[in-house]
Amino acid sequence: MDAKILLSRLFPTGFDVDFDGQFFHGTGESARGKVAIVGSVDAAPIGVELAFRMAGDVLTVVRDHPDRPILLLVDTQGQRLSRRDELLGINGYMAHLAKCLQLARNRGHRIVGLVYSEAVSGGFLASSLLADRCHALPEAQVRVMNLPAMSRITKIPLERLEELSTSSPVFAPGVMNYLQMGAVHSLWEGDLSQRLAESLDAPAEGDVRREWGEERGGRKLARPVAERVRHAAG
Amino acid sequence: MEKLTFEFFGGAPVNATRAPALVGVVGSGNLEVLIEPAELGGACAVEILTAARGFGATWKAVLDDFFTRHKLADVRIAINDVGATPAVVALRLDQAVEDFLGGGA
Amino acid sequence: MSSYYEASARERLHALFDRGSFHEFLPPSERVVSPHLVQLDTPAAFDDGVIVGRATLDGRPVLVAAQEGGFMGGAVGEVHGAKLVGLLERARDEKPAAVLLLVESGGVRLHEANAGLIGVSEIMRAVLALRSEGVPVVVLDGGQFGCFGGMGIVARLCDAIVMSEEGRLGLSGPEVIETTCGVEEFDSRDRALVWRTVGGKHRYLLGEADAIVADDISAFRAAAIHLLDTKPDLSLEALTAEHERLGARIEKFGALRDALDIWSALGVEKPENLPLLEADAFRAAVDGKRA
Repeated sequence: MDAKILLSRLFPTGFDVDFDGQFFHGTGESARGKVAIVGSVDAAPIGVELAFRMAGDVLTVVRDHPDRPILLLVDTQGQRLSRRDELLGINGYMAHLAKCLQLARNRGHRIVGLVYSEAVSGGFLASSLLADRCHALPEAQVRVMNLPAMSRITKIPLERLEELSTSSPVFAPGVMNYLQMGAVHSLWEGDLSQRLAESLDAPAEGDVRREWGEERGGRKLARPVAERVRHAAG
Repeated sequence: MEKLTFEFFGGAPVNATRAPALVGVVGSGNLEVLIEPAELGGACAVEILTAARGFGATWKAVLDDFFTRHKLADVRIAINDVGATPAVVALRLDQAVEDFLGGGA
Repeated sequence: MSSYYEASARERLHALFDRGSFHEFLPPSERVVSPHLVQLDTPAAFDDGVIVGRATLDGRPVLVAAQEGGFMGGAVGEVHGAKLVGLLERARDEKPAAVLLLVESGGVRLHEANAGLIGVSEIMRAVLALRSEGVPVVVLDGGQFGCFGGMGIVARLCDAIVMSEEGRLGLSGPEVIETTCGVEEFDSRDRALVWRTVGGKHRYLLGEADAIVADDISAFRAAAIHLLDTKPDLSLEALTAEHERLGARIEKFGALRDALDIWSALGVEKPENLPLLEADAFRAAVDGKRA
């Protein structure tokens, strides 16, 4: 979905958003008051500049607008692949963004993520997966890597991967897999402004994604294994 | 992958409270060996999961030699292998026994 | 001297912490293995490539984890990730002096890519939640496989990083960039280029690594002890200051093409000599020049 159409459906009573290249930011009027918006378009690769810019926006919201919820609308094909980004420490810029969002969370800002187009690998890690709850549109594309590339690297025949992907959500692309595994809380359909209001009403509950993954049958080990380590004798 | 199991009899039982030991890494040309006490009625049981198929006879020969060196009973040995050579397998098995018997009870 | 680079994760744990103090949670005998690998006809490891437990360091209680690069490049799968998350959450209950992460990882394990990616995300959130409660997390990075992918982000979320020159830290590994963008973008076989781009010395000069040590387990131990009293700070002031530093880095170095240019811009004389220096001489040569 085009970002401007998305914004008009999320904020039918109005929004004020600036677009600058692949980055956009601003505010929207929700049923629960003003919401800060940070996002990207055109499957933006997340490099040092974009991560830095998003972090700066989060800091501004924390500084100037206590309690204002933050909505992440990031469309990304993944991290920017370049030697120059590695040289500058791109992972540190992504970590910085994650820390800024944690600061916001610690100060009571709600953080909602909506994958409206694409979310891939490191770009997903550095954006929507940092939200309290990540949601997605049904047509969203979410993945680490497509199966042909995965087959080349793991040396597992493509046919085997394709066959197994029909019964296992664990490695193949697809938003439904991420829903089943608990990383995507829900798919947003119908009145998006209503979905947003519901999401803002949800309790702040820490990171419970592995509980959702277990309940939905897509990730049965993560919760019990973490629990065993947490409470192991000794 | 192939799963192989072997059993050896006639060894001396080890103290059932001895702590398990693990040596090696599941990486190319390498293997991990986990050795632990188990109530096996005097047997030494070996279970192997190997990425390389069709080497059952080689494994048996390496393990026969191993059991000649270390007559263990009531011990379970579990191996995850990624195509290690017989020499590497023998070395890891010896290291595992050394850690196992040398460690605290 | 006992090489950190050459040691396995288990060997590092036993040599780095106080003698005999290490106690493992969910040890190999529990056989908590990845079911996903077996499904793909790939051998699993009894610890899923990560060892978690408790130990003491210089007499102080710590929780520790060590990734084994020799098993699938230390990559994070469902069980591997959950063990790290469980350890970090345990630290929220126990409040040890610190959590030490002996990282060695290529990032997400492709055989269980979705579970691995989500697992890394949970590790990130768990590190941040733990630091928010005042427990420092210290990273040691000096293994053969470096620290890349999502674990590269995790490392930079922590309070401090100790590296050897041999340690590497980044997001996309040189091979990944070469495969995707071509050898002219990043020649992964040019070892000198790789090490000066993602190696410990460059990370130390940029201010990302807090300590650079020789490839010696006891040197890592000494540096880790020194960093135990780091106080986590996720305040607005601290993050505003970090933001300014990161902004300045883009401004000053964003147009430079090579680490040598950056080192030169930092005022290092004869930057081409830095890769040749041992850790002590290197620290002396760059004293006061770090970003």
